[in-house]
Amino acid sequence: MAEKVLMKGNEAIAEAAIRAGCRHYFGYPITPQTEVAAYMAKRMPKIGGVFLQAESEISAINMVYGVAGAGIRVMTSSSSPGISLKQEGISYLAGADLPALIVNVQRGGPGLGGIQPSQSDYFQATRGGGHGDYHLIVLAPASIQEMADLTALAFDLSDKYRVPAMMLADGTMGQMMEPVELPEPIELDAAEKPWAVTGTKMKRKHNIINSLYLSPEKLEETNLERFERYEQIKKNEQRFESFMMEDAEYCVVAYGITARVSKNAVIAARAQGIKVGMIRPITLWPFPEKAIADVTDQVKAFISVELSMGQMIEDIKLASSCKKPVVLCSRVGGVITTPEEVLETIKKTAGGNK
Amino acid sequence: MKRITVFAGHYGSGKTNLAVNYAVKQKKEGKEVSICDLDIVNPYFRTKDSAKILEKEGIELISLPFANSNVDLPALPSEVYGLVQRLDRNVIIDLGGDERGALAMGRFTPYILKENNYDMFFVVNFFRPLTTTAHEAVEAFYEIQAASGLKFTGIVNNSNLGSDTSSEDILGTLKRAEELCKKTELPLVFTSVDSRFENIDVPNRFVLKLQEKLF
Repeated sequence: MAEKVLMKGNEAIAEAAIRAGCRHYFGYPITPQTEVAAYMAKRMPKIGGVFLQAESEISAINMVYGVAGAGIRVMTSSSSPGISLKQEGISYLAGADLPALIVNVQRGGPGLGGIQPSQSDYFQATRGGGHGDYHLIVLAPASIQEMADLTALAFDLSDKYRVPAMMLADGTMGQMMEPVELPEPIELDAAEKPWAVTGTKMKRKHNIINSLYLSPEKLEETNLERFERYEQIKKNEQRFESFMMEDAEYCVVAYGITARVSKNAVIAARAQGIKVGMIRPITLWPFPEKAIADVTDQVKAFISVELSMGQMIEDIKLASSCKKPVVLCSRVGGVITTPEEVLETIKKTAGGNK
Repeated sequence: MKRITVFAGHYGSGKTNLAVNYAVKQKKEGKEVSICDLDIVNPYFRTKDSAKILEKEGIELISLPFANSNVDLPALPSEVYGLVQRLDRNVIIDLGGDERGALAMGRFTPYILKENNYDMFFVVNFFRPLTTTAHEAVEAFYEIQAASGLKFTGIVNNSNLGSDTSSEDILGTLKRAEELCKKTELPLVFTSVDSRFENIDVPNRFVLKLQEKLF
């Protein structure tokens, strides 16, 4: 049996990344994700890895670009304002088709905002975030165990599709502690990345890592090719958890910390005789459209529970072709919605439809 | 019992919960008690979360003015000097994690050494990833001691896996705690367990009655 340890979410991400073969971490401290960097600072020197506190977020993401180009697993982490700073580099990673992991342990915004938890970077994460036509693979953990498991998955998917991956957590998930069974460490085969710049040894043509194209036609071609990969990801990688949906007339949609809160509310509402269930997106991009579409005819309404001003509503409406109303239950600015508030929204929604 | 008790250790080792429970214990034994949150590192899950319990028990809470707010400002309030100036009451200090957290102790260390009526306990949870062995724990032990300028006086074994803890888990750490005591030449002050394990056979059992669970 795998060993069990008690970990903070931020530590679980860091340790899981190391076990997934990541030996390069570049970051810059910001609450509430600093433990990722602190953990890497303690661990990396002991295992022959690289921990580097860059002079800024912008430097850190460009160091990620360099290492990713060499075909090596690499990551950075930050929290909302720091992730905004990294956007140029993330767009370059996407444009050069480089795999990498970017962790966003979200805090309240916009601007400098605050240090308490939030989910208000949903649009930024799921729509690309920087300039140009691109997507990130976005994963949303709802337990510390998932922080570890999804970190490994993020590296795998990112390598497989050559698309940068983002872990979209929030301050609570980063700071809270739970027991975790860590995955066994894996060994990586560098030969799996024939595109990487690892030296030709005079045996092959140069590999080039670049996002600049002098010919518009060539640039268009790379965009089209990339979107074919996005279609494959949409087809193959939608992940979600379905909870009490079999006979549900109302569907709560929530991810990360709000899914934990909502689960309690769903159980409480069931106890009061309301037929409600929950779909918890695990991938935010690709959004689990099929799961939402499959229940659209079954339910009377969706309830989007989020720590943002309704950013996920658009995805729920698109996936359900606007056939059913989508109600919002949210707190923002670093305030976490309570199970009672979610229950109240469920009751109101159910009452209003009777 | 010394007038000042400091709980220090690797971050996430359970210092805050221990400090709150220990303050309640001293209060029940008839002491006037203040608990002081000196954690300048951790943004969430702080002593202040237990403010209601502490108020009910009649325990004074000295907390950072910006604790649990939206800013990251590790400033210590002037009341903190009361720790070393109000000699008529006992004080429990909840120090921040690791050597970084222990730095906050520094400015009070000369007063505490002069008064010479303190305990500083090293809290260890062997299920925490960077302190899984006595050897690793010793590393954190000396880093914290150097940063705080105070010498530890005892070891607290607070090994647990949160809600997943079994009695075997706790019993499995006793040897490591013994080894840590040997390496540091300090006594085991207590083995702390949550109330589910009230009857477990461990050396110097201390049952943690209060546990804040937020989610």
